Amino acid sequence: MCLGVPARIVAIADAGRMLAVADILGVRREVNISCIADPDAPLTDEIGRWVLVHVGFAVSRVDEAEAQATLDMLHQIGEAEGERGHLRASLLA
Amino acid sequence: MKFVDEFRDPAQVRALLARIGRLVDRIGGTRDRPVTIMEICGGHTHAIFRFGLHRLTPEGLEFVHGPGCPVCVLPMARVDDCVELAQRPGVLLTTFGDAVRVPGTRGSLLQAKADGADVRIVYSPLDALELARRTPGREVVFFALGFETTMPATAAAVLQAEREGIANFTLFCNHITVPPPLRALLQDPDMRLDGFVGPGHVSMVIGTEPYRFIAEEFHRPVVVSGFEPADLLQSVAMVLEQIAQGRAAVENQYARVVRPEGNPRALALMDRVFEPRDRFEWRGLGEIDSSGMRMRERYAAFDAERKFGVGYGAGRARPAPESDGCRCGDVVKGAMKPPACPLFGTACTPQSPVGALMVSSEGSCAAYHQYAGLREAAE
Amino acid sequence: MSTVIATDPGAGHLAPPAHRTITMAHGGGGRAMRDLVADLFLPAFDNPALAVLEDQAQLDPGGLAVPGARLAFTTDGFVVRPLVFPGGDIGKLAVCGTVNDLAVGGATPLALSCAVVIEEGFDLVLLAGIVASMRAAAAEAGVSIVTGDTKVVERGAADGLFITTAGVGVVAPGVALSAAAARPGDAVLVNGPLGDHGATILVARGDLALETELQSDCRPLNGLMQALLRAAPGTRCARDATRGGVAAVLNEIAGSASVGIRLVEETVPVRPAVRGVCEILGLDPLHLANEGTAVAIVPADEAGAALAAWRAHPYGAGARIIGSVAEAPRGRVTLRTSLGGERLLDLPLGDPLPRIC
Repeated sequence: MCLGVPARIVAIADAGRMLAVADILGVRREVNISCIADPDAPLTDEIGRWVLVHVGFAVSRVDEAEAQATLDMLHQIGEAEGERGHLRASLLA
Repeated sequence: MKFVDEFRDPAQVRALLARIGRLVDRIGGTRDRPVTIMEICGGHTHAIFRFGLHRLTPEGLEFVHGPGCPVCVLPMARVDDCVELAQRPGVLLTTFGDAVRVPGTRGSLLQAKADGADVRIVYSPLDALELARRTPGREVVFFALGFETTMPATAAAVLQAEREGIANFTLFCNHITVPPPLRALLQDPDMRLDGFVGPGHVSMVIGTEPYRFIAEEFHRPVVVSGFEPADLLQSVAMVLEQIAQGRAAVENQYARVVRPEGNPRALALMDRVFEPRDRFEWRGLGEIDSSGMRMRERYAAFDAERKFGVGYGAGRARPAPESDGCRCGDVVKGAMKPPACPLFGTACTPQSPVGALMVSSEGSCAAYHQYAGLREAAE
Repeated sequence: MSTVIATDPGAGHLAPPAHRTITMAHGGGGRAMRDLVADLFLPAFDNPALAVLEDQAQLDPGGLAVPGARLAFTTDGFVVRPLVFPGGDIGKLAVCGTVNDLAVGGATPLALSCAVVIEEGFDLVLLAGIVASMRAAAAEAGVSIVTGDTKVVERGAADGLFITTAGVGVVAPGVALSAAAARPGDAVLVNGPLGDHGATILVARGDLALETELQSDCRPLNGLMQALLRAAPGTRCARDATRGGVAAVLNEIAGSASVGIRLVEETVPVRPAVRGVCEILGLDPLHLANEGTAVAIVPADEAGAALAAWRAHPYGAGARIIGSVAEAPRGRVTLRTSLGGERLLDLPLGDPLPRIC
């Protein structure tokens, strides 16, 4: 089912094999970061970054700004629906 | 859990449900003539049942659970081939936990293990490669299955084996791709889907472009979605909004993970190692053109089909026998709900599945069996 | 229990440097076996009933002499890979498992038996460590290991070490716990976070290459159970949520009593790392095994007292009420999700297998 988990890179385990250590709620696992690492920067720059891990591979970066944008949109929907619910409630009253 | 818990907020979910309710009313979905949305990915099916979302959405909206469970759609003949491989002397067969209970015509890998085959569950194809490195006297075969999400990882394992000269590692490749079966479904005259929730993790590899035909040729909306409840419901609302506005486009709700172009490096890995087969058999759906992948000639040394002469590699293209009365094909097309199948819950249960969709807990029949059935139980 | 066993293989004739492993001779009934029993098991389990080395242990009936008291008797076989894991080993498991099976029936455990099947070539130092942890667990639970048996099988005929323990205990008059007694309105309690043992073992096997700081919850629950019965004498039943986890136990209770059990997802205690393991592998903590976590069904009017009693106990600090018993759906367990949705919580199919592709 293409299970993917957001994880934070906490260390580089084997630079030659592009292996980093990812942390998921205190559970650590070596993951291959060859698909997401910046080829022009030292691998250690990846430490602290969030990635999406599937079967031991970091397949994508998790973009914090996009996550926030989605949350903002959800917040707006919440407000809009909240007002509607309020209106409907006041009409019924 | 960062990037997860924020998208499980009950307040957000309530607001989204209110919006979905209004949109369904506006479109005119009713219990008898619901708006039908297919969630393509088995992970989405699992989330719908795990969080009980199907119990919260309005009656005028119906989820149809798609073919996105690679274990469920694996034909019996391929499982048989895998069992045969596992039983060969010297073979150490590795695979994901998902695959070991899938029944073939001669039992599952779990049964093969009980009968003496060496079958090991791994988390990553890299772990299978590590086993090959550590046990040079054994032929380590990785039973590779999964959609585009998983393919870059198995491709990378093959390339790593090549680089290190590990000669006792092969893949039994059963990778399949998402777009071809969608086209097959959309071309089916019985198809009555109004829109699609697209697979988030497949899309982080392939991007959003490959779904364009769904919008342009078949005029159905697609929204690529994350896997948390608020993600899924927001995606459903986005699909409904398109329907209400008479639009059909590909949209991306899961922008925190999915880029429109996907992951070019992952795609390049896949392309280096794999190429499409002419056709591949899907359980319940039949043969679909260009839907399965095989290893390129250049990596023949790492291809279990070629090395051991099994499966399509042996020139055999056995049709997978579907059991009498099994209606998986209709369920996958959205033409039938799981409980309407005559075998559901009687001849076909998660303990002894007959059809593909009862095999894995994200298959829609198994999900129905495991998580739903509450109303029936209460009555 | 004053004798300290020799764990240094060079310290005595038990295990001189050349003989650090179990050989077929240790199971042969001759001197080697007598030495093994005398040097390893007897000093560790040291008690009068065992010391006489008869073919059976003879016990003081004690509490059984009280009219209305009943004898509780249980047995369990223990196989685990790896034999030693964070938070315990097969020895501790073998003692706690049988003590807990007695305890959740309301019995005060009295005595255990211990039969070991050892594979030829087994490391003697490892065996001594496992026996030492049996001794420690038995001491904590206040039970004696009063009789035992040692067998050695040829290499390949067993996976290292198998232990079977049986136990007897006394159920005081008036205590009658039964799963069939659960009634609508009752509260469902657990004494702590779920899935620690199952997740620890999955990780400790090493096949999945995960690392955590998790430990098994393996521990004797008789003290906790006695505290519960004092605080909530109307307690209907309790179960040790081992294989199949809390989901399996609750399904059994729902079936026996022909009631529904409704859990509330956000009240189910789960440690972050267990959740992490479950998210990575696609598993449900309610299906993971526990070895020191009990589920109790308590009448609503005693639930507060029961919870307070468990929270005051060292093994119940994380106790929670996780749901309640209802009329329907009969024989089923349902889970209300944090979003207000509802789903069935079924029995797991078998061992939890990672589902990831």
